[in-house]
Amino acid sequence: MLTIDQLSLQLPLYTSWWKRDWATCLDEFSLWVSAGEVHAVVGASGAGKSLLAYAIMGLLPTPAYLNGQLYYQGKPLNASHQRQLRGRELALIPQSLSALDPLVRTQRQVAWAAQRAGHSSAHARHASQQALDHYQLDARAQQAYAHELSGGMARRVLTAMAHVSQAKLVIADEPSVGLDPHQRQRVLDALRELADQGKSVILITHDLRHALPIADRVTIMRDGKLVETAPVCAFQGSGASLTNAYSQALWLALPDNAFATTGMSRRQQEANVA
Amino acid sequence: MLKARQLSFHFSPSLPLLQDVSLTLRAGQWLGLSGDSGAGKSTLGKLLAGYLAPQTGDVILDGEALPTCGVQPVQWLPQSPELAVNPRWRVGKILREAWTPSDAQCQAFGVQPSWISRFPQSLSGGELQRVCVLRALAPEVRFLVADEISTMLDPITQLELWQALKREAEQRQLGVLVISHDSALLERLCPQRLHLSEGQLKPW
Repeated sequence: MLTIDQLSLQLPLYTSWWKRDWATCLDEFSLWVSAGEVHAVVGASGAGKSLLAYAIMGLLPTPAYLNGQLYYQGKPLNASHQRQLRGRELALIPQSLSALDPLVRTQRQVAWAAQRAGHSSAHARHASQQALDHYQLDARAQQAYAHELSGGMARRVLTAMAHVSQAKLVIADEPSVGLDPHQRQRVLDALRELADQGKSVILITHDLRHALPIADRVTIMRDGKLVETAPVCAFQGSGASLTNAYSQALWLALPDNAFATTGMSRRQQEANVA
Repeated sequence: MLKARQLSFHFSPSLPLLQDVSLTLRAGQWLGLSGDSGAGKSTLGKLLAGYLAPQTGDVILDGEALPTCGVQPVQWLPQSPELAVNPRWRVGKILREAWTPSDAQCQAFGVQPSWISRFPQSLSGGELQRVCVLRALAPEVRFLVADEISTMLDPITQLELWQALKREAEQRQLGVLVISHDSALLERLCPQRLHLSEGQLKPW
């Protein structure tokens, strides 16, 4: 479905107002996602996870140096392609709830997303209604403005927008942040369901533990570099089948595992990745 | 000893949030508090730290009411550090607002000397969270309310933060109320745990 081949990204960094440096945000990053798969991308904050999403969607700020190649369904994915596919075949569930239009009621907003994907306006209204019902948003929430929704409801509205667009590739950026366990489960289950319908889902998160039950494969990312891509079954017991020390440390640091640092200090880990 | 006696609190009279909630936190004790979102966990934390005043009941520290000025001996640590700092202050000024931590303490919390001259926006959430926790550990402080302080951190950063805090709390016999959704984390940190639902506290 989507192949990322040796993607490197550099963004400008102003050390003082007349001097511009380039900071490497993604470094020869490769990844592939097939249809029907949930692929989790896990990393600490600042690892470049969201930038990866923007690079796939073609939403990077300018100026940016982008090297390497993206392929979507076997064809190279370039800027004009991305513009065409965005909102139709590629959908992003953004991290920030401020992505919702504050002046539009929920249902209208979802109907717009359906229209952008090429539905007629009558059908769009019907589809949006259905999608919102599907995500258990009641009549009051459907007629509410963004500020009247709770965090969990707003997340589900954003997921519904990705759902009505009938996109084949859905990128969910930190969809479970700030939700209580029930709502988190509902959002994650919705993503799993999308994949079971034959779509591809890239789940970007720092929450390794809750990504595992719904993911097929997990990519661990650190400082813009790929640390390891492993099947979900590698994350069990003492993590012995994980090949990289950083992914092992990440696994063991979870409160339901050892909740302990491994033998290596932070500095050693950094040296190891570099 | 920090005592809350029969606290009741509501934001609107028709919707009582906490009803007759009593709680005792001893020096050196780690107490966990869980509950669904909207159950009033953060509100209870803010009541204990004196950010909010209860409609009935009171909060007592060693037999006296919480002080109204000076360093507050009960410190509330918020979930989002970026909302708890002045964006126009540099990290050094933020960190030393109430006291000046020693170099050893900075090192224990992983606060790098190079951050001192930077602005808070240029630190990651985990880095800024460590600055905020260290800022709240002035010598007069005896109790902490840690309100979801590690939710937005990756597992390794989360672990490092709790290890540093645990060492400091043991040394100084700080009482800590840990508020979290994460039951596995609470089990690791707190021998005693409470659950808040429908305005009542129950043992978990």
